Amino acid sequence: MNYSLLSLEILLTLLGVGVLLGDLWIPASARKLIGYGAATGAGILLTYAIGSGAPADGTAFGGLFVVDALSNYFKGFFLLAALVVLLLTVSQSDTIKGYAEYCALILFATVGMLFAASANDFVLMFVALELITVTFFVLVSYDRNRSGSLEAGVKYLIMGALASAFMVFGIALIFGSAGTTNFYEIAAHQSTLAKSPVFLIGLLLTLVGLGFKIAAVPFQMWAPDVYQGAPAITTAFLATGSKAAGFALLLRVAFSAVPEITAHWSRLFLVMGVLTLLYGSFCAIAQRSVKRLMGYSSIANAGYLLLGIAAVSLNGSTAVLTYLGGYIFTVLAGFAVISAIAAHTGSDDVSAFAGLGQRSPILATGLTVSLVSLAGIPPMAGFFGKFLLLKAVAAHAGTERFFLVALLAACVGVVISLYYYFGVIRSIFWPRSVADLTVIPVDGATRLALILSIAGVFYIGIFPNSLVVGARQAAAGLAPQTAVAAKAPAAPAHH
Amino acid sequence: MSLSQLLLTPFAGALLVLLVPGNYRVVHRFIALVTSAITAIGAISIFAGFKTGVAGMQFEEYAAWVPAAGFGYHLGVDGMNIGLVLMASLVGFAATCVSWDIERQPKLFYILLLTMIGGSLGAFLSLDLFFLYFFNELALVPTFIMMGVWGRGENRNYATFQITLYLTLGALIGLSGLALLYSQSGANTLDWVTLKVWLADKPLSSHAQNLILPLLLLGFGTLVGLFPFHSWAAPGYAAAPSATAMMHAGVLKKVGLYVLLRVAIPFFPESMNHWATPLAVLAMGNVLYCGWVALRQRDLYLLLGNSSLAHMGFCFLGLAAAGVIGVTGVVLIMVAHGLLAALSFGLVGHLTKATGSSDLDRLGGLLKTFPFVGGALIMAFLAGCGVPGFANFTGELTVLFGAWKSFPVFVIAAAWGGLIIGGVYMLRAIRDLLHGPLREGSVKSGDAGPWRRVPFLVLLAALIYFGVNPASLVDRITPTAERIAGTRTATATTTHATAAVTSHAAH
Repeated sequence: MNYSLLSLEILLTLLGVGVLLGDLWIPASARKLIGYGAATGAGILLTYAIGSGAPADGTAFGGLFVVDALSNYFKGFFLLAALVVLLLTVSQSDTIKGYAEYCALILFATVGMLFAASANDFVLMFVALELITVTFFVLVSYDRNRSGSLEAGVKYLIMGALASAFMVFGIALIFGSAGTTNFYEIAAHQSTLAKSPVFLIGLLLTLVGLGFKIAAVPFQMWAPDVYQGAPAITTAFLATGSKAAGFALLLRVAFSAVPEITAHWSRLFLVMGVLTLLYGSFCAIAQRSVKRLMGYSSIANAGYLLLGIAAVSLNGSTAVLTYLGGYIFTVLAGFAVISAIAAHTGSDDVSAFAGLGQRSPILATGLTVSLVSLAGIPPMAGFFGKFLLLKAVAAHAGTERFFLVALLAACVGVVISLYYYFGVIRSIFWPRSVADLTVIPVDGATRLALILSIAGVFYIGIFPNSLVVGARQAAAGLAPQTAVAAKAPAAPAHH
Repeated sequence: MSLSQLLLTPFAGALLVLLVPGNYRVVHRFIALVTSAITAIGAISIFAGFKTGVAGMQFEEYAAWVPAAGFGYHLGVDGMNIGLVLMASLVGFAATCVSWDIERQPKLFYILLLTMIGGSLGAFLSLDLFFLYFFNELALVPTFIMMGVWGRGENRNYATFQITLYLTLGALIGLSGLALLYSQSGANTLDWVTLKVWLADKPLSSHAQNLILPLLLLGFGTLVGLFPFHSWAAPGYAAAPSATAMMHAGVLKKVGLYVLLRVAIPFFPESMNHWATPLAVLAMGNVLYCGWVALRQRDLYLLLGNSSLAHMGFCFLGLAAAGVIGVTGVVLIMVAHGLLAALSFGLVGHLTKATGSSDLDRLGGLLKTFPFVGGALIMAFLAGCGVPGFANFTGELTVLFGAWKSFPVFVIAAAWGGLIIGGVYMLRAIRDLLHGPLREGSVKSGDAGPWRRVPFLVLLAALIYFGVNPASLVDRITPTAERIAGTRTATATTTHATAAVTSHAAH
């Protein structure tokens, strides 16, 4: 077997183990070195993954594990998210208890995400998801002295266990009816399997599990609580890596394993998407905690992304991938600021951000860029992704009223989002009451993380071409989907 | 000066202002003034270099941007936008001039203002509709921020909230329409030139036309303040700082109309026939209803805001008529009204600052203290009620001529509404504001000094120049208008004529 296909995963695991071992010899006073080391390692792997070192396409473990354009696309972003998040931990190396373990857990979660990007089998998908989820149980409740963090951890544990139970039950049903768990093999028999109710129920339950992961309505209730309670850095990783991993798997299941059934269920995805984006947008209006607001915003964004999947087309998947690419940079920039503020003031209430424009221009810029991009305003990354999504949905609006309604609902969602994002921006630059105006110090690592993310947001917003080309390749590589893609756009019109 | 250089000048200015530290206030002002002046001079030179009698694009520039999705950076001017580009840069210059006494956070204000100028120029110059939208949005966001931060009046939070909501939703609905156009046409591009060639060959199905056009009309109509989606406008302008009101009412608002002219008429000929009458009815809503509302206003800003909406009614009427004359007239009004709206908001801004009030009941007899501003305001108000000699007269008359064939009743109503109602409220405002006894203690500072007169003189000069020499604009517009309306007039005027005949027969 060609082990080079797993080179990234193996190296990253070794890096994680190295971090744990390094903690035994590195003195406590030089703890920062661990964070820097882990970040450097992730950075090297990132350049390796997007550079010439990327393994050639192929499968391993009898088709369980696949390396293709889609997996490479996601792996780049997962490593990037890990790099930025690790950089953010450096400034808090003294306050996080068990700092080395925290870094190692981030790395292990990233390994799970890399496996998720390459999973081509329901079993590997489950294992990868569990690796991500179980590490996050710990990461979410890492702030042991704060009851909010523990509460969030317990909530995430219960909800995650429930989701896993759904998923494993669904996989059992799928295996029972199909006799295989491999995506390609299922795709080959999907027309007969589509008539088997047991298979369909199994698939539906698996999607429930994934729905929890991406926080789509009606499986969204954990997200705001967990986002708010977890340490800000964990939330950053949860909102980017974990969410993107959910979408990577959703795309694979939907378009590699069961493209025909997905085309039938297009309306289901559409309704879920509309409900999700409206729920997230409406609930975000009243929030005072910025972390909680980001939780609802992340729900709303899952809604937009689901619309792209509901479009069941190459353009739709391309839009989802492009959007996710911009979204990761955007959210990382936002959380870099939120975690710096939370560390400095101990609060994530909107009032803690009042007057940030004077207290720290770089933090203010970072959060503003992030929120403006999330609101989908040019020239930021969020705008182009949203436009591609709208365009993909619009392609069906001519033949199906549902899509037209979804299009208008998305417009309403964007307008609402403008209101709550600008509420925070207002507080940053033009606070109602004169707040504490002491300068907030920003250390080099956070600064680097911020500059990286801001540059990414602008680069994708102004020169989106390379990302779109990559996303299109990745979307086209959703293997059996290519055969179906040509006729898929017409498919959702009936049934 | 190439179009790219023209477009980049304000953005370069914004970047320069950003780089200069916050306490060099004079430098910020100076940079903003110089860049907007360069932009204005550049636009004048491009306007002068524009060849008349040619229908195609001139000064065209193209660069691929996202070839994977079919978007390109494509600039060019033809009869539709050359006048608008000139108007936008003149108004931009004037708006920068009147912002001289901004005290709070001037650095940020100038960055936003220059972004707004650059964004609106970009919207008019872009031939790729995606970029047009992109730049329009880029100019809209500063508008909201400027209103929220430097706005005036107790009502400003609500007004900002309202305008943000309305305009963003309108823009997004318009964007949905454009996205539908992209996918339904099958051209996989939003490049206007390519689309025009493509759609001449394979016109949109009537199903697609009837699906997309309402979205475009609703979305971009809201951006212009089409009745009944106009309620954001008057309170919005009342709350906006002068420069923002000048830029938005004068320039940015025209982007919606411009898109409709460019897209709706040539690409949706069939559906435009369906929608012509409803659109004309709504246009009457603007002319008559907003005019009537203006009649009742005692606040200068609300009066101007409503009067500006009434003028937009003429544009929609011309759009509904959609013939060569109608389209020419719409472009004329857009240019003339842009200059006029900027002039009026600028002058009223000066008076409000000098007297501390914009309430007609508290002001009076100001002409003695403000001979220049007052005199200019009288001219602006006269231009607003369509007195010959100003560019507005030419535009409104042309629209009425253009619409006569299709909507004779509406034309009579519009002429009545525009001229009589407009005359009443404008003249009454002149009487209440400028004549009569001066109110005690109402004047805090005096008339505009020689330097402060520059922006108003520039706008007035342009208004009068195009008023007495409309041919300089018309000659540039007509060849393009013929091409744009040509596709439609061939089929549409005949169907209109028959429709008119049959409806007469039915009565």
